[in-house]
Amino acid sequence: MNNSFRNSARLAWAALRALLVLTVVTGVIYPLAVWGVAQAAFNDKANGSQVKVDGKAVGSSLLGQNFNLPKKNPNDPKETAQPDPKWFQPRPSAAGTDGYDTTASGASNLGPTNPQLVQTVNDRRKQVAEFNGVSPSAVPVDAVTASGSGLDPDISPEYAKIQANRVAKARHLDPAKVAQLVADHTDGRQLGFLGQPTVNVLQLNIALQQLAG
Amino acid sequence: MNDTLAGWLQIIALVGALALTFRPLGDHMAHVLTSPRHWRVERLIYRVAGVHADADQQWSAYLRGVLAFAAVSVLFLYAFQRLQNHLLLSIGMKPVAPDLAFNTAASFVTNTNWQNYSGESTMGHLVQMAGLAVQNFVSAAVGIAVVAALIRGFTRKKTDRVGNFWADLTRIVLRVLLPISFVMAIVLVASGVIENFHGIQSITTIAGDHQSITGGPVASQEAIKELGTNGGGFYNANSAHPFENPNPFTNWLEIYLLLVIGFSLPRTFGTMVGDRRQGYAIVAVMALIWASSVAIVTANELHSVSSSVGHTAGGMMEGKEQRFGIWASALFAVSTTLTSCGAVNSFHDSYTPGGGGMTIFNMMLGEIAPGGTGSGLYGILILAVVAVFVAGLMVGRTPEYLGKKLGAREMKFASLYILTTPAIVLVGSGIAMALPGERAAMLNSGAHGFSEVLYAFTSAANNNGSAFAGLSADTVWYNTALGLAMIFGRFLPMVFVLALAGSLARQQPVPVTAGTLPTHRPQFVGLLAAVILIVVGLTYFPALALGPLAEGLH
Repeated sequence: MNNSFRNSARLAWAALRALLVLTVVTGVIYPLAVWGVAQAAFNDKANGSQVKVDGKAVGSSLLGQNFNLPKKNPNDPKETAQPDPKWFQPRPSAAGTDGYDTTASGASNLGPTNPQLVQTVNDRRKQVAEFNGVSPSAVPVDAVTASGSGLDPDISPEYAKIQANRVAKARHLDPAKVAQLVADHTDGRQLGFLGQPTVNVLQLNIALQQLAG
Repeated sequence: MNDTLAGWLQIIALVGALALTFRPLGDHMAHVLTSPRHWRVERLIYRVAGVHADADQQWSAYLRGVLAFAAVSVLFLYAFQRLQNHLLLSIGMKPVAPDLAFNTAASFVTNTNWQNYSGESTMGHLVQMAGLAVQNFVSAAVGIAVVAALIRGFTRKKTDRVGNFWADLTRIVLRVLLPISFVMAIVLVASGVIENFHGIQSITTIAGDHQSITGGPVASQEAIKELGTNGGGFYNANSAHPFENPNPFTNWLEIYLLLVIGFSLPRTFGTMVGDRRQGYAIVAVMALIWASSVAIVTANELHSVSSSVGHTAGGMMEGKEQRFGIWASALFAVSTTLTSCGAVNSFHDSYTPGGGGMTIFNMMLGEIAPGGTGSGLYGILILAVVAVFVAGLMVGRTPEYLGKKLGAREMKFASLYILTTPAIVLVGSGIAMALPGERAAMLNSGAHGFSEVLYAFTSAANNNGSAFAGLSADTVWYNTALGLAMIFGRFLPMVFVLALAGSLARQQPVPVTAGTLPTHRPQFVGLLAAVILIVVGLTYFPALALGPLAEGLH
């Protein structure tokens, strides 16, 4: 009994020392080495692909954000934020109460037959159609569904196109110019075959702001 | 290019890349596991740890090493989380609650990486990189070490020794996981994944809003998270988060990484047993199951099968990212649930009943196509033993596999292995459904809600770690129950695998005769695939009927 206890203790002590030395190798040296190379060679990307306007960071090209009107009463938890017609709008988001909360990334997790989600999708379709002055059947799927991360930076080219007229009207711009802006900011599939075509909402809106002057 | 063609091309490119690395990586791992030479740095590690890396161990000593290492790891990780506020780089995070810290420690040590917390608001940088990510390396290495011992059981004769755990562990970390992770982490950073030590940065957007961005050493953790089939995300949204998976190329690469070791290990197996055709037969079964599953999930998602939400919305994009779309999301979902990875780039709770049900079924198969690092191969080898046994019953011969007789003792270990996980899953789900408070943790109601609970226990017991994330599982009961499910689901099977290894190693091989069942031909591939489907189907059919099947037929 005494002997087996001593053996177990010796084994646990060896296991702990093995864990600690492997922690130094894989938990300290490895990440610091990756960090060193990353910061030296890919500084911009390693730090989150920040987008700057006039030298000030306004977000990351990888993370979506809200483009809402300011709330009338910011302290009222019941007031829902309204989309600002002057900006291209991102997809619906389930991250945080108002969406696009970077400290609470995630999805709605509502099931494929959930009646509540069916209702939400119908409401979103109606809202998007009215907001942009298009027919409900013209509203694409990404405009009525929340993404996985809740931080999706992209929308489909179709969703960007149906927003162009509304944005042009709200900003008193030539609709053809705004449509051209959308076309310029439409990215095809990566390497020609990976993923889906996208429009990055933040970059499109920054270009829009510059166009508006 | 249209969606369909692009979707097919990404799959073909993936299969091509896996085929290209099959030989070199498989042979490299075989060399690592058989070479008599230690590296100098490895000798140093053995000296610091005070272990004898040259001493060949009995299966029981090997097992004691595995268990001692796991026990120490759980305690260490638990303490690390509880004390994180006193440590460097805590970026203001509070100590993790005791039940959650236990669940997370069990989760990462068992290669499960189930997460009842949201990374960006719970874990400081030091815990992530020197606590959680370390387990990503070593838990993956333990899986490969155990399968190496099993393979030695087949190759050795008249001995009670199956190798040295400390040498296997150290070599796999240093010679396999670390170099690949380093290169891939750099590729990920070059493609946009972040790697920094920033805390939470607050910025003002052009619309006048505020955004708080959490930085961190993400790329270094992301590479091993996929390669070691761990799956624990730095952020709550896991590989759907743009900082972990910024574009379709990184997505493709992450799928490749989480499959590559699992699909290459059969080559290691074939090389070590001296008959590569045996490895080809195993990899053929894995590929068959993987390809069928990809086809089923993709078709279900593309056509919104039985999904009222899909029909209303015009497609299954709830919980999926625009840059990936259906094809790349379905491919990731299948690959992550057929390995023990459990990383997600889209949220399975919102999949169609058929697609989501298939992800549960994938895990129920025991994650063997190709499975987690090491655990996938030992899982399928156990099923191969059962398949050989079934064939032996049909013709009335004592079954043998790779020259080793499968007698009563061997079959007992194989049967216990197969019974362990279903027992944990079904008993666990049953108890949860019987308790009103635990039932109330479901987000969706009815059949879909039951699927959430079934998914949770299936994921924990099979050490997957993905979730139908609607379930609010961060409660004392779920943290404890799922933590125990992960520990028993990981280590009980290992006990049986190592016992089987010891039993096989003691035998004198029997010569191959005309009556021996060939285990490298298409006939055996078909037999093994059928045995897998029948065993799993019969075990889980009632549970699946209450969840995804009921929802799909509704």
